[in-house]
Amino acid sequence: MRVPISWLKEYVDTPLPVPELAERLTFAGLEVADIQTVGLPGSALPWDPGRIVVGQILEVRPHPDADRLVLATVEYGAGQPKSVVTGAPNLRVGDTGHKVALALEGARHWDGTSPAPVPTVLKGRKVRGIYSDAMILSEKELGLSEDHTGVLLLDAPAPVGMPLATYMGDVVLDLEITPNMARCLSVQGVAREVAALTGGRVHSPQARMQADGDPIEGRVAIAIADPTLCARYAATLITDVTIGPSPEWMRRRLRLAGIRPINNVVDVTNYVMLEWGQPLHAFDYDVLVRRAKGVPQITVRPAKAGELLTTLDSVVRPLTRERLLITDAAGPIAIAGVMGGAETEVTHATRAILLEAANFHFVSIRKTTQALKLPSEASARFGRGVPPSAAVPAAMRATELMRELGGGRIARGVADCYPAPQVPSVVLLTTDEVRRILGMELSRAEIERILTALEFRCEPQGETGLRVTAPDHRLDIGTGVTGAADLIEEVARIHGYDRIPVTEMADRLPPQRDIIPVNLEERTRDLLAVAGLQEVITYRLTTPEREAQLSPGDDSPAERAYVRVANPISADRVVMRQSLLPGLLEVMAHNARLRDRLWFFEIGPVFLSGGTLELPAEPRRVTIGMAGRLAPASWRDPDPPRTDFFDLKGVVESLLRGLHLGAARFEPTTHPTFAPGRTARLLVEGHEVGILGEIHPQVRAAFDLPPGPACLAELDLEALLARVPPTHPVVGVPRFPPALQDIALVVDDGVTAADLTAVIRSAGGPLLAEARLFDVYRGQQLPSGKKSLAFSLVFQAADRTLTDAEVEAEKRRIVEAAARRLGAELRA
Amino acid sequence: MTNISQALAALQAEALTALEATADEAALEQVRVRYLGRKGSLAAILRGLADLPPGERPAVGKLANEVKERLEAALTARREALQAAARAAVLAAEQVDVTLPGRPVPMGRLHPSTQVLRRICQIWADMGFQIYRSRDIETEEMNFELLNIPAHHPARDMWDTFYTTVDGILLRTHTSPGQIRAMREFCPNPIRVILPGMCYRYEQITARSEIQFHQVEGLAVGRHVTMTDLKGTLISFAHRMFGAARRVRFRASHFPFTEPSAEMDVECMLCEGAGCVVCKQTGWLEILGCGMVHPEVLRNGGYDPATYSGFAFGMGPERITMLKHRIEDIRYFWTNDLRFLEQF
Ligand SMILES: [Zn+2]
Repeated sequence: MRVPISWLKEYVDTPLPVPELAERLTFAGLEVADIQTVGLPGSALPWDPGRIVVGQILEVRPHPDADRLVLATVEYGAGQPKSVVTGAPNLRVGDTGHKVALALEGARHWDGTSPAPVPTVLKGRKVRGIYSDAMILSEKELGLSEDHTGVLLLDAPAPVGMPLATYMGDVVLDLEITPNMARCLSVQGVAREVAALTGGRVHSPQARMQADGDPIEGRVAIAIADPTLCARYAATLITDVTIGPSPEWMRRRLRLAGIRPINNVVDVTNYVMLEWGQPLHAFDYDVLVRRAKGVPQITVRPAKAGELLTTLDSVVRPLTRERLLITDAAGPIAIAGVMGGAETEVTHATRAILLEAANFHFVSIRKTTQALKLPSEASARFGRGVPPSAAVPAAMRATELMRELGGGRIARGVADCYPAPQVPSVVLLTTDEVRRILGMELSRAEIERILTALEFRCEPQGETGLRVTAPDHRLDIGTGVTGAADLIEEVARIHGYDRIPVTEMADRLPPQRDIIPVNLEERTRDLLAVAGLQEVITYRLTTPEREAQLSPGDDSPAERAYVRVANPISADRVVMRQSLLPGLLEVMAHNARLRDRLWFFEIGPVFLSGGTLELPAEPRRVTIGMAGRLAPASWRDPDPPRTDFFDLKGVVESLLRGLHLGAARFEPTTHPTFAPGRTARLLVEGHEVGILGEIHPQVRAAFDLPPGPACLAELDLEALLARVPPTHPVVGVPRFPPALQDIALVVDDGVTAADLTAVIRSAGGPLLAEARLFDVYRGQQLPSGKKSLAFSLVFQAADRTLTDAEVEAEKRRIVEAAARRLGAELRA
Repeated sequence: MTNISQALAALQAEALTALEATADEAALEQVRVRYLGRKGSLAAILRGLADLPPGERPAVGKLANEVKERLEAALTARREALQAAARAAVLAAEQVDVTLPGRPVPMGRLHPSTQVLRRICQIWADMGFQIYRSRDIETEEMNFELLNIPAHHPARDMWDTFYTTVDGILLRTHTSPGQIRAMREFCPNPIRVILPGMCYRYEQITARSEIQFHQVEGLAVGRHVTMTDLKGTLISFAHRMFGAARRVRFRASHFPFTEPSAEMDVECMLCEGAGCVVCKQTGWLEILGCGMVHPEVLRNGGYDPATYSGFAFGMGPERITMLKHRIEDIRYFWTNDLRFLEQF
């Protein structure tokens, strides 16, 4: 809502300078998003008070040497009248008396011919042989609009010689209106706020009309089919009107408010809408009479299937039952509150106006506006709620303005169909309730003062209570506890939030709990970051096609039940993800050209539509992606090794250790996303919790990853964390030195490291503290089909230093067990 | 006698000169053998001692010993000097260019959103607000209706919503539905929770707007929770999050689920309140929305609004990060470019 200060001040006295006023409004919830200055200091190009003044045309003569130009003599209240050469088509030879904006030598103004705003300074010069040192300015040259087709013509009362900045310089407040402040979609509404905030008084515009025509009774009939959709329909009638341009002051105000002036009748409907917040619609009454072949019968009713209306934008619109219509006996004449019909539109030939001031239910208007995609100033107001009480005063005010601007005779009375009169909200508010919510003491007198300033009616009730009746323009005040809260908000915001004291919470602390899954999830993040991985967060919206790329072999993946967005904003964000892998792979591909080392992880939910449940399951997953080099290349190490499966496995093992998880097993497995032979499933305490492996080359290609192994893991975070023990035992550090022994065992290639390690551990008994595999050898020194696995063994007793004989016996038992169970031989 | 004394003096002078001339320990050893060795010059002179008359022997013997000790001391000193010089030469040869870059240590890091979320949640945890996690996919009822935002109400315009193809199911536009879930879980106990989570808005992805972003919402409900508490608690938070001396102000605003509603501004940390591009010359940054829980919302959560009251607030961690670090493009957060992430 754009509010010119000059207009606002017509309804409220306020001594506050504009910046302070703007701040007061902002603090009270009426946010001033922008302050625009027109012609005054602070604007882009202020009008020099000494050089841009109101002038009056004394005479317009032909230019002796140019057909297109004229020579105007302009008086400006000082010195000799100026001779001005102009080509403006709205100044014609013989014109006299027009008031104009006259620029004198040295005045800065905008260049009228430049498409972009370019400032220029007026200099005296000869135009076609005639010297002139003054100029009559257009709207564009003044910075009022883009219009440079003619000069600005001022209204007759403009005082000659007055600086133009004094006459019509202005400041416009651009207000952000929240839904509860819909009443401020009008200058009067804003004036009421200003009055309450600054202690000023509101002077409402007069809602009176000089009606000396025949009574309206019998000249139009009104019926409302459904009062829940249309609470009121009022109309006035004015005949013998002359359609023409509005006076400059009205055009100027409309322009400043962001509305394009059209003609006096249309401008008045817009002007009064801005003034009262009540949208109005003007019908050509004679067309209505012609259609009705007599007295027009206006009926407000829902559309019937198959009805059509050509709206005033010349679009033929098929209508459905959800559309509320204004109709006459011949059919639809307007879509209620949204757009009028072309046939009954006011034109230059119109002589009589039926002016509609109605009240439509906001839901109906909102649905229609959205369905037809026809937002307008009127539907914006109806869609947020307009008080039915405003209809008749606004209609009378507008009709009178039409008479003043376009002449004519106003029919006596208002045709008013008002089947559902507005019921004011009445709320009981006590000082106790105010204290309970705000936490501060406010006296009943103070509360009453604030509410009265906002035009609420207050009557004392009991010792501490007030019976508060909301004014008609307050549709946002509820009843009961809600109504009390609504009033407390009014009290708080007018009193000032900055004057509310500050306290520490005194209320009882709720029972405190430990949120274990959240804590463990954060621990998981820390462990992975400590392991050297960068956390990422990717989009949770994706496409089925992206996820299908994870299964390259599968030509027709079963249509999975995705959570699908009904109104996607782009084609690549249409469903909720069911895997974190595609997002992570995209991050790896994005960074591959930037960095040598690509080690990432993400923790977050996937979304699995589950059969009959209406809401999807949102299990949390942890995904790891690792590719590229182990470290960035540097002068110390120009060619660091590449990440492989065992780097990934090392990270996963570190995570399991860091979470103190029990027995974990890695078993070979296959999966379409992963390379065969390089993939394992992870089992913790026998439960499968995820998969890890090298990515399948086809998947790597599909996601544009560079060549070289890329390793991925996707783990079920909840399954993993569910097995984290609440605590874990810590073993003391031995006091006696350990005995170290290395052994290398030659086994068949088919024997896995896990098999051999298990045999060693079980044969080693309690003295074997550690068995760490440190070398794998295949090659010339061994028969083919054989490999050597070397272990570093640590023997340890808690109560003594082991003798060489004891260690030798332990080692022999291990070698014998390995020989017996896996055919292993001690490598010489 | 005189001859031997003179010979000793001459030997001492000659040996000292030779010692001074040595360049390394090998040369030094040669000098030692030549003068002090068993077959060296000093030994040769001492052999002549036997030819002296016995009365002269003690004096000459004493002199000879003095010469020997003097030469041995000089030899030791020279050896130490040569060794020190050799060590210095080795160090000089092995010196490094300390301006060469260090060996890179690959570090893992948390995403900036995680970092700021943790910081926010930690501050609230210290004030007794515990994390309450709630789902991303919500019912329209939870996301709107129960929060006092009926269908077709003008307040709905405040949220551009992603709906799903299932009627009545949507992508939550804020973490506020978690308020209802928390209230229904904890009623009639008092509540202090903090609700972090991802939210979604139907918006074009631009430098200023994203389709997903985190939100942290807070909720306190009890029998004695007031607007003065709301102010006090949020000011405490702001002082820890943005600096103890930071000024804070509250403006009236509107959210359907709170009443009275407010917005909290914090003095701009980039210009210290003087006015800059980021704060649009106001000196203030809009940090969070807050208010007293609306009676309808309390009722929908199971609490009687006539005896219970509460406050709620919500803030955007990405927005806070952007303001703190002068980041001009919100898209950096989900692009995950390492050149961005490595700066946190
Ligand atoms: Zn600033």
